[in-house]
Amino acid sequence: MRRLATFWLRYRRNRGAVAGALALAVILALALLGPILYPTDPFDMVGRPFSLPFDRFPLGTDVAGRDILAGILNGGRVSLLIGVLASLSATIIGVALGAVAGYYGGRIDDLLMRTTEFFLCIPSFVLAVVLVAIFQPSVVTVTVAIAVVSWPSVARLARGEFIAHRDREYVQGCRAIGMPDWEIILLQIMPNALPPIIVVSSLMVATAILTESGLSFLGLGDPNLVSWGYMIGVARTVLRTAWWMAAIPGVMILLTVLAINLVGEGLNDALNPRLRKR
Amino acid sequence: MKKATFQFVLRRLLQVVPVVLAIAAFNFLLLRMAPGDAADILAGQMGHATVEFTEQLRREFGLDRPLYQQFFIYMGKLLTLDLGMSHLQQTPVVDLIVDRLPATLILMVSAILLAVIVGICIGIAAARRQGRLADNLISVAALLVYATPAFWLGLMLIVLFSIKLDILPSGGMMQIGAGHEGLAHVLDVTWHLILPATTLGLFYVAIYTRLMRASMLEVYGLDFIVTARAKGLSEGVIAWTHAMRNALLPVVTLAGVQIGHLLGGSVLVETVFGWPGLGRLVFDALLQRDLNLLLGILFISSVVVVIANLVVDLVYGLLDPRIVHR
Amino acid sequence: MSAPVLDVRSLSVEFESTLGTIHAVRDLSFSIGEGETLALVGESGSGKSTAAMALLRLIPNPPGRISSGAVLLAGRDLTALSEADLRGVRGREMAMIFQDPMMALNPVYTIERQIGEVLRLHLGLSKSEILAEVVELLRLVGVPAPEERARQYPHNLSGGMRQRVMIAMALACRPRLLIADEPTTALDVTVQAQVLDLIHGLKEKFGMAVLLITHDLGIVAETANRVVVMYAGRKVEEGTVGEIFADPRHPYTRGLLGAAKWEEADGDLLREIPGTVPSPFEMPSGCSFAPRCAEAIPLCRSAMPELKDVAPGRPVRCFLAEGRGHG
Repeated sequence: MRRLATFWLRYRRNRGAVAGALALAVILALALLGPILYPTDPFDMVGRPFSLPFDRFPLGTDVAGRDILAGILNGGRVSLLIGVLASLSATIIGVALGAVAGYYGGRIDDLLMRTTEFFLCIPSFVLAVVLVAIFQPSVVTVTVAIAVVSWPSVARLARGEFIAHRDREYVQGCRAIGMPDWEIILLQIMPNALPPIIVVSSLMVATAILTESGLSFLGLGDPNLVSWGYMIGVARTVLRTAWWMAAIPGVMILLTVLAINLVGEGLNDALNPRLRKR
Repeated sequence: MKKATFQFVLRRLLQVVPVVLAIAAFNFLLLRMAPGDAADILAGQMGHATVEFTEQLRREFGLDRPLYQQFFIYMGKLLTLDLGMSHLQQTPVVDLIVDRLPATLILMVSAILLAVIVGICIGIAAARRQGRLADNLISVAALLVYATPAFWLGLMLIVLFSIKLDILPSGGMMQIGAGHEGLAHVLDVTWHLILPATTLGLFYVAIYTRLMRASMLEVYGLDFIVTARAKGLSEGVIAWTHAMRNALLPVVTLAGVQIGHLLGGSVLVETVFGWPGLGRLVFDALLQRDLNLLLGILFISSVVVVIANLVVDLVYGLLDPRIVHR
Repeated sequence: MSAPVLDVRSLSVEFESTLGTIHAVRDLSFSIGEGETLALVGESGSGKSTAAMALLRLIPNPPGRISSGAVLLAGRDLTALSEADLRGVRGREMAMIFQDPMMALNPVYTIERQIGEVLRLHLGLSKSEILAEVVELLRLVGVPAPEERARQYPHNLSGGMRQRVMIAMALACRPRLLIADEPTTALDVTVQAQVLDLIHGLKEKFGMAVLLITHDLGIVAETANRVVVMYAGRKVEEGTVGEIFADPRHPYTRGLLGAAKWEEADGDLLREIPGTVPSPFEMPSGCSFAPRCAEAIPLCRSAMPELKDVAPGRPVRCFLAEGRGHG
């Protein structure tokens, strides 16, 4: 409880982060409750195509007469879901590998470092495209593809943290009393190594949302679900006559990513005060 | 000094070899993971997908052999830059890629130059005005740009500059049918390059601005800046020589890491602007489900990143005299 | 004595912080004549380095500023100069060398470039002239193989060589005054004496004035003519080297001498000074040295003593100074 209070005190000092948290709360509420309170199917043709915003429908209709507001609300669900799941999976993979490599060192560590260097050479978005294309687009394949291209940075960070902690006195003490390695890794070092990892994986949600929007813009989204990138892709063909159709979902992506980045910086200030220089 | 530099280059070149091999092996792995092999796809496309015909194709491609033999055949082919045929276009994948690579390189190099130069300048300007209005405005702008999807930004720039203002072309690499030669051609391409390069580069402008600002502020805290002041140098000279040269080092390191990311971004930006590069080829390959072509692009673009990283390391060696001797 | 090269009058330096204003230097006055070496002595936190930086107006602003006083260099008040005029003084008439030459040299530029910069800026030398002059300067400060060294980078040199390069850079325009801020603290003991000898020899050769900032009274005895002792931002005692060593009047000076083990190892003079310099936010109400002073009387804790001459040119900031005398 006390820790939570100091956390909030530190977080609150970053005004941008507070604004970001508020914006993110609104976006989350829209995505979660929106489709319930505004139950129009985003794939239904509800009216004449190209109806202007604030006319018959709050945000107008798209090229096929589908309600854009319904698309924004449902698309938000998909974007946030994939963003959070992909970041979470990448964090779990990255932390698991990084922890083992950092704690044990030696050959395992070498292998991991080679692998992450290797992944840094492969253009991550192109790899994500290839993976989704091979396994057919769906929420699962898109999530997995983004996680596969994202885990190396977490692994590097986790490795560094574990290397920094593995020879500390409290860890040596645990070893001396015969605590098994998994217990030391999970229960002793992990809580200390987690703060910077939480910051990075929260920022990774933003990157994942950007990647997802790019994939679905290229037509690599789940064909059964609406997403913001897909809406921009559809609107692209009518840019000359109805630019707002592409503008609206883009603004949503921008706001969401901005809010997450601000929250991430706030978390950094609150969780890693020693890293904060300016 | 010269000899040390040469050895440095040689050492880095040797490090590239295993990475390229690993990428090739990874490609093979992806190919094997794909549902259905090349023979299935080709037979399906040719319209006579009888079991016998597919088997015949499979023999021709060597797909009936044990996996390890296939692996060595594949690797052998890759190393001689034989990336197979594009099933639909009936052209060697390598030819298609080589055809498109220059356009992508032009776009990427322009974007990265724009990003580095503009980012460095704005970052320095912000650092020199730390905490003042200009610095805060720059920080906010960088945050906004950092959160903007590049492909969407491209579309919005098209709306503004091509559709509403009608001052820049909305796509393509040159004016169709104009048949410009020489300088006129270069100018024409540059004209078409402005929007895509800006779209691709702006995100990195934001990154380099933030990084350069932080890096400059750190360098400003170092003792040799005080020495420079005590010598009688002006603040402007100190910022653009002593401070900048040192602050550049982390920026260059990051530029190396970002090249792969930049290539990914160019897939989207090329699609938006119909820029005839690798990225646009990715989009076409996706539409036609041309897996061989996709994997070829992945392989070549990875190799491009490896080489670009080598170049970045060399630039770093030029900037930091301490590095070669380590 | 002719007009002093440097005349510092009632110099005060303040820093603004979130906890309040820090008075780093208060009402500091001293002067240095041509060919003279003045040592500014005190522990870290005494304000001696801040005072040195203030002479060249190198105090970062904000948060710091020169709040009052004048710095007269050959009769010209540096505190009243414009930034542009001031840059003409820095490195040309008044030069400075620092504690850690590794940090004070820019790692990415060659020695030639860093020394040449001063020559081009202040003397307007051409490229070929610069190279010749850099080599000449390096030879002057005793750098072996100067042609080769000029093309190298700071990391190629040893600590002593780097400090010689700093000295060459400072002397490039034959300044009237050289400020040496702890010039030997970061160097190996064996090299320290060489660097001090070099500074001393060059001072004799060019007749410049030297302001030596140090906490080490050992090097003061060998190199300085006069000594100013600072404590908590204020001058507490001044005198010639002979006077200060033979007849220290302020208990702080005595403590410093004791800490330096300069005195014979007998009697009660040999003692470390207990405690540390008070925090700038918790300055005692009376004499700032009183909490650490073994001889403090009740008056010391309520009033700050003024500087009072115990002899001509011998100001001491202590109520009990006059009674102390010899023995």
